[in-house]
Amino acid sequence: MSKVSILQPVDSSLELPVYETKVPAGFPSPAQEYLGDTMDLNDYLIKNKTASFIAKVEGNSMIDAGIFEGDLVIVDRALTAKNRDIVIAAVNNEFTIKRLSTKDGIKLIPENKDYEPIVMSGENELVIWGVVTALIRKF
Amino acid sequence: MIALCDVNNFYVSCERVFDPSLWHRPVIVLSNNDGCAVARSNEVKNLGVKMGAPHFQLKQLINQHNIAIRSSNYALYGDMSQRVDDIIAQYSDQVENYSIDECFMRFNGFEHLNLIEHCQKLRNQIWKWLGLPVCVGVAPSKTLAKIANYYAKKLKIPGSVLQLNDELQIKNALKNLPVREIWGVGGQISKHLNSIGINTALELRNADLKSMRKRFSVVMERTIMELRGINCIEFDADPEKKKQIICTRSFGEKIDKLSLLKEAMAYHVSRACVTLREQESVAQSITIGIRTNAFNTHIKQHSNSITIKLPQASQHTGHFLQAAEQGLERIYKPGFHYKKAGIMLNNISDAGVIQTDLFSPMPERNNALMNTLDSINSRFGKGTMRSGQEGFKKNWVMKSEIKSPAYTTRFDELIRVR
Repeated sequence: MSKVSILQPVDSSLELPVYETKVPAGFPSPAQEYLGDTMDLNDYLIKNKTASFIAKVEGNSMIDAGIFEGDLVIVDRALTAKNRDIVIAAVNNEFTIKRLSTKDGIKLIPENKDYEPIVMSGENELVIWGVVTALIRKF
Repeated sequence: MIALCDVNNFYVSCERVFDPSLWHRPVIVLSNNDGCAVARSNEVKNLGVKMGAPHFQLKQLINQHNIAIRSSNYALYGDMSQRVDDIIAQYSDQVENYSIDECFMRFNGFEHLNLIEHCQKLRNQIWKWLGLPVCVGVAPSKTLAKIANYYAKKLKIPGSVLQLNDELQIKNALKNLPVREIWGVGGQISKHLNSIGINTALELRNADLKSMRKRFSVVMERTIMELRGINCIEFDADPEKKKQIICTRSFGEKIDKLSLLKEAMAYHVSRACVTLREQESVAQSITIGIRTNAFNTHIKQHSNSITIKLPQASQHTGHFLQAAEQGLERIYKPGFHYKKAGIMLNNISDAGVIQTDLFSPMPERNNALMNTLDSINSRFGKGTMRSGQEGFKKNWVMKSEIKSPAYTTRFDELIRVR
């Protein structure tokens, strides 16, 4: 089973310049008016900073969805989980990452055929903690 | 109308967001140094555990009821508090952050809105986005908003929002409220009030203003006015600068060596001076104090403090370090096990109006050094660059043995579950 632990985004922004040019001395830079245009990965990855958290994935139950051990995922708690969303849920006192299925009852479906779906029954308590909206992996 | 929004059992609630195993377990969060209970889940409150109860006295109860214990995790609470503030700011443009878990909101000009509905939306959003439970009290004054909040919690009002609107509602709320539950009425004052026959908030509200001011103070007069629904306590969206800066901690282990005490003191001085510079103030004197563990009756006791005045007001860490060291040498006595050390910066004023004397060095150079120090530390982490007096080993740092992982900041402290 893939388990996740929750961490929170650091309040920082990384700004990458859109491009850089080298200009021979004596000529005004044609890029001058574009300076200040930067890309912020936080902006790109996180839509709602207040409601977003980062979780670290363990295990391999989601490998067919391309989610591997050690990956970081962005979890947005403001979203309401829909059928087929990848979610973080609390099951039996632990966090787990699975695909949510709301057809024929509530199920948490792993993306790995070696694992069984978690079917919600009377004894299992299921709380959807948040919806996974992005994945981060460093090589 | 004024609303008071606060997070129920804030520290406990923060711990629970990130740890499902705590959702159905009683939880206590301990103070710095794991000394006493500073936050209790409702189950723990129902067991009769009081705020501030010493940890060692609770051990049996903890076993008996399988209570989960956590050390304070201020990085986590601070981050969650900021997120709560961000959401509250969407619901009112006049917000006063009163403490880490409480905000006042002012709704002047929006009385035509259904404030109960508005605040319930706020409460639902904080619950959904952050997993934190809040209660909101709405009333014509801050003091009444506090009371509305108290009842919203105590009566477990559905929707967690209670508004005290008209005279009748307010009177009903005050009728059964003991005076000691009123904001700003402490234990001492409530005893005094009881002795003159004022037991409930309603009786206080109906008391004669003039004679109460004479007998007590203008603060009492203000409280009575507030109970009558007249706003007297300033709404402070931009809180004042601190008039005193205090840094004090208990040691993780008892300390008897002067050199270790000096390190601890230097650490406190550095932290206090950062706060001083952040609020762009200067201080002219510093008080330092040390004491042994007063609760341990088996050991020899010693406590002392001393105040040292600087030749001129300063915000330079070095000036206060020097003063603290001299002071410590004067109050330190060998042969005692010290449990606590602290410092306090006094006579604080704005940095802009510094009085120099003719023979003092010009302050600018020192300020440049301090600015560099602060910016290095804010960029590379607290304590990256520090004065040698602070030492490097820190035998005296606080105990926090059962702190939850730093979910917020450290990848290597993540929960590892197999």
